[in-house]
Amino acid sequence: MSAAAKINAPETRIGRRFAKLKAEGRAGLVTFTTAGDPDYETSLAILNGIAKAGADVIEIGVPFSDPMADGPAVQASSLRAIKKGMTLRKTLEMVKSFRKQDDETPIVLMGYYNPIYIYGVDAFLKDAKKAGIDGLIVVDLPPEEEGELCLPALEAGINFIYLAAPTTTDARLPRVLAHASGFVYFVSITGITGTRTANAADVAGHVERIKRLSDLPIAVGFGIRTPEQAAGIAKIADAAVVGSALVDKVTKNLDAAGNPGPNTVSDVLALVSELAEGVRGTKRRAAS
Amino acid sequence: MSKLNTYRSGVDENGHFGIFGGRFVAETLMPLILEVEKAFEAARHDDEFWAEFHRLMKHYVGRPSPLYLAERLTKHFGGAKIYFKRDELNHTGAHKINNTIGQILIARRMGKQRIIAETGAGQHGVATATVCALFGMQCVVYMGETDVQRQSPNVFRMKLLGAEVRPVTAGTGTLKDAMNEALRDWVANVEDTYYLIGTVAGPHPYPVMVRDFQCVIGDEVRTQMQEAEGRLPDTLVAAIGGGSNAMGLFHPFLDDESVEIIGVEAAGHGLETGEHCASLTAGTPGVLHGNRTYLLQDKNGQIKDGYSISAGLDYPGIGPEHSWLHEIGRVKYVSVTDKEALDAFQLCTRMEGIIPALEPCHALAHVGKIAGGLSKDHLLVMNLCGRGDKDVFAVAEILGTKL
Repeated sequence: MSAAAKINAPETRIGRRFAKLKAEGRAGLVTFTTAGDPDYETSLAILNGIAKAGADVIEIGVPFSDPMADGPAVQASSLRAIKKGMTLRKTLEMVKSFRKQDDETPIVLMGYYNPIYIYGVDAFLKDAKKAGIDGLIVVDLPPEEEGELCLPALEAGINFIYLAAPTTTDARLPRVLAHASGFVYFVSITGITGTRTANAADVAGHVERIKRLSDLPIAVGFGIRTPEQAAGIAKIADAAVVGSALVDKVTKNLDAAGNPGPNTVSDVLALVSELAEGVRGTKRRAAS
Repeated sequence: MSKLNTYRSGVDENGHFGIFGGRFVAETLMPLILEVEKAFEAARHDDEFWAEFHRLMKHYVGRPSPLYLAERLTKHFGGAKIYFKRDELNHTGAHKINNTIGQILIARRMGKQRIIAETGAGQHGVATATVCALFGMQCVVYMGETDVQRQSPNVFRMKLLGAEVRPVTAGTGTLKDAMNEALRDWVANVEDTYYLIGTVAGPHPYPVMVRDFQCVIGDEVRTQMQEAEGRLPDTLVAAIGGGSNAMGLFHPFLDDESVEIIGVEAAGHGLETGEHCASLTAGTPGVLHGNRTYLLQDKNGQIKDGYSISAGLDYPGIGPEHSWLHEIGRVKYVSVTDKEALDAFQLCTRMEGIIPALEPCHALAHVGKIAGGLSKDHLLVMNLCGRGDKDVFAVAEILGTKL
């Protein structure tokens, strides 16, 4: 039995959310913003409005000094947040505060392993569970390092979401999926976040490839920026992930001193609404 | 801890030295890392591969480098016999070329045509650009913008050799950011590109692979010391940034219990000032650039910049095998300040007629601290891993001389 089987999907927010999407016959929108960017209050305000604006699953980036899989937009947002004093501990507080008004929308933390390792894996999982975190995406923890956090997270009842890439061969895919839970995150391009745009036909082929081996929902991310692109992905996958385009809205609203302008929150949420419309206006193919 | 039968057995199947090392990389890179491992494993069991490696070591790099008895310094310190392993005499002026020759042969076996590398002081960048010119491959070197300014002669050398130097402004614009940027390039160009890492760090198999290529240093010392003194050395000393020259000297002697081994980190302005890059003596274990190792970081796990007068040492991490050797106590790690290294620089230049790079000056400064207290038949080997041509401008500035 896979360790992931310990987590009973209907009992998790992620499982319930994807079941609901399936029942509605549509794909979901997954949003990514960086915790504490450009400051704690603004970032919490974005978080508190984002589900209403149309996010079905919320990814929160945990700032790290050396985000080696991220493009310039997310790198800069990460550094801004760190400079303003954002930490993993405060990220958990932020989620706790969000959970007071939303107990339904799944929250997935995305980031790199070192801040979690330094926090302490056991303490982190305990605090993350308590804060209402549903899943983890840790970019630099491939299946080869599953003993570090993936298996303990499953034990603690938190989904560990694996990335699959275009470079993940058919021979390797079962290894990636062995302990995958929650959903599978397909990285649609070979590259870093926010830099290239995926070719929908290529993505469809990869999604098929994963579907043949797994019943988990598949979210597609990296390089999706516009409502049209999100709609294109919504036709072929269970969810579209948009990150850098939202982070760019934050960046654009910064004043010279690096403080958020008055339209930061509304601009981010407006784009989320447009993206959600793109995704929701798209009928899923019957088979998936 | 019970004593190990050997300290040289390498790593487990996932590339761990004890808890250190591993493969902490994004999924996009993972298949490629496994390919590199496969290519390296095939090469290391192939006599023809090693024959070509050693042919190039001899005729292109100029190996073996001499093991030189530094008589005046020996007399000056008044104790142990001090031998220099003269890796500064290598083509391109440092030990870095041992590794770039080895890896370019691996890249060629893998059919890769484009080579990327990170560089701090520019020594590894120059060594990479050199072998790319030799093998007719495209070369892109990532270098922190601060370092591009500080090391302009090496930037020009790389360009002369046909490499493209890309200044990195992301993050703090230093060596660690250059490494991040190289990893980002690799993720985006997995098909045709090989990442030629310059030190015994990064995801498995790099720490093992770079070590095995640098072991030519220690293997030679073993033979040369046998010829010179008819026995093993008593003490080995080498400077450590990422730790490749040190690992190359140390590794062949790890199982010789009688050999004392000392790695010297850069204490910069002093450990108490926080401005240093002594990852082992003042850092904590963490995960960065594909491996778990000792790092300079804050209490939240954010990586700090290293500082040293020597640009070749200011990496905030260290090779994972060093972390392991530190924890099991086989190698002793100490640190030396900028000022002590500068004093050693002048001493070596005046007394031996050798202008050393600032990196091995850290090792020499420590030698100066211990040599006098050792007996006259004590055999000490210090790795003089690079020459100081690249550093004369920086030293002139510090000494207040206008060139």
